[in-house]
Amino acid sequence: MATITEPLELTRGSMTPLPYRVVRNQRENHDNWTLELEPVEEALDPIGPGQFTMLYVFGVGEVPISSSGNPAEPRRLVHTIRAVGAVTKALCALEPGDVLGARGPFGNRWPLEAARGRDLVLVGGGVGLPPLRPVVYHALAHRVELGELMLLYGGRTPADLLFTHELETWRNEHDMRVEVTVDAARSDWHGRVGVVTTLIPGAPLVADEAVAFVVGPEIMMRYTARALLDRGLDPDRIWVSMERTMRCGVGLCGHCQLGPTLICRDGPVYRWDEIEPLLRVDEL
Amino acid sequence: MRTLDALIVESPVFTSLDQDQLELIAGCASNVVFPAGDRIFREGDPADTFFLVRHGLVAIDAYVPSRGQLTLEAVGPGEIVGWSWLVPPYRWHFTGRAVEPVRAIQFDGACLRGKCDEDPRLGYTLLTRFSQLLVDRLQATRLQLMDVYGDDH
Repeated sequence: MATITEPLELTRGSMTPLPYRVVRNQRENHDNWTLELEPVEEALDPIGPGQFTMLYVFGVGEVPISSSGNPAEPRRLVHTIRAVGAVTKALCALEPGDVLGARGPFGNRWPLEAARGRDLVLVGGGVGLPPLRPVVYHALAHRVELGELMLLYGGRTPADLLFTHELETWRNEHDMRVEVTVDAARSDWHGRVGVVTTLIPGAPLVADEAVAFVVGPEIMMRYTARALLDRGLDPDRIWVSMERTMRCGVGLCGHCQLGPTLICRDGPVYRWDEIEPLLRVDEL
Repeated sequence: MRTLDALIVESPVFTSLDQDQLELIAGCASNVVFPAGDRIFREGDPADTFFLVRHGLVAIDAYVPSRGQLTLEAVGPGEIVGWSWLVPPYRWHFTGRAVEPVRAIQFDGACLRGKCDEDPRLGYTLLTRFSQLLVDRLQATRLQLMDVYGDDH
């Protein structure tokens, strides 16, 4: 794991926001929208699966948002945003033609090479699904390089699920297993009910050869990692995407410091055996 | 056709039991089918059975006045439905409903309790396995209670 004493590498677009225009704003559910952005002039460097950008609504503020787009279409930024605060609500209210600022790309990428030749298990909880969507696009485009490919996705209620049509497409039209569960439902829901960890014991994978990428609330990732370990996965084959308050994105301000690591720069993707000891420290 | 003991052993609850134990358990088991929408058991009714789901999905429901029928959990292939047969007063605490057509193995709880009384080794083994099941469900319920996808996380 990198430490805060290592030098920073700043790239073009990492300090000054570049103007991007909204070309599409797709409502996903009651509180999530997906923005598709194209550069007004100069583009940021291509964003990879797992990385994020800082999106700036002029006069309102700036927030870090993970890429949820197809890495094969690098010019267009795609971000799925939950409207919870002033900036995210302003982002979700943008219309095609509006211009915002974008810095990045920041952070590291999912270690896609680690999954080559192995079963790949993606576990997403809540708004943890969008950062996994670029991995799905990549995995489907390179399907022959993988063993089993499965997505285990948990949401709060059926109304909170994201990308529902795409989930059906992945399940029905691709060589991919998709299991969805919700924490609470009425009787008109015909799927699984229970936390996402309950999907892991029955997942058809060769545990000692599998690789897992996990995104969601930190507590969900902790329990998911434990369930994967119980299933027989090695801790050095589980990766999680961490989230902390991020401000600068370039490892200068320290808001996202977690012990010896800065999540914006060294993460957000960490191997479980490296990050897990820090997650056991209260108040860190 | 595969015998019941051959099907039963695939469940984590019964895996690695010896053949004699499996045959004892299979003696209390039968195949059952429920069409979609069927109530498999009802809250408050005597809990004389439990099920190993082979195909389909079983919802564990509770009726909440003013909120309607809520699904607390849905259990799928390879999983066990029901532990109320294990401890007094042997009554279902919730309602079980077939979300889609369900094929399952039904176990006669009273029959199995009798065999456990006669064979304490079998009883200890089964109680240990069901304890693990109960712990797993309890942990999952605690995680549900945390509402980890809520606005505060």
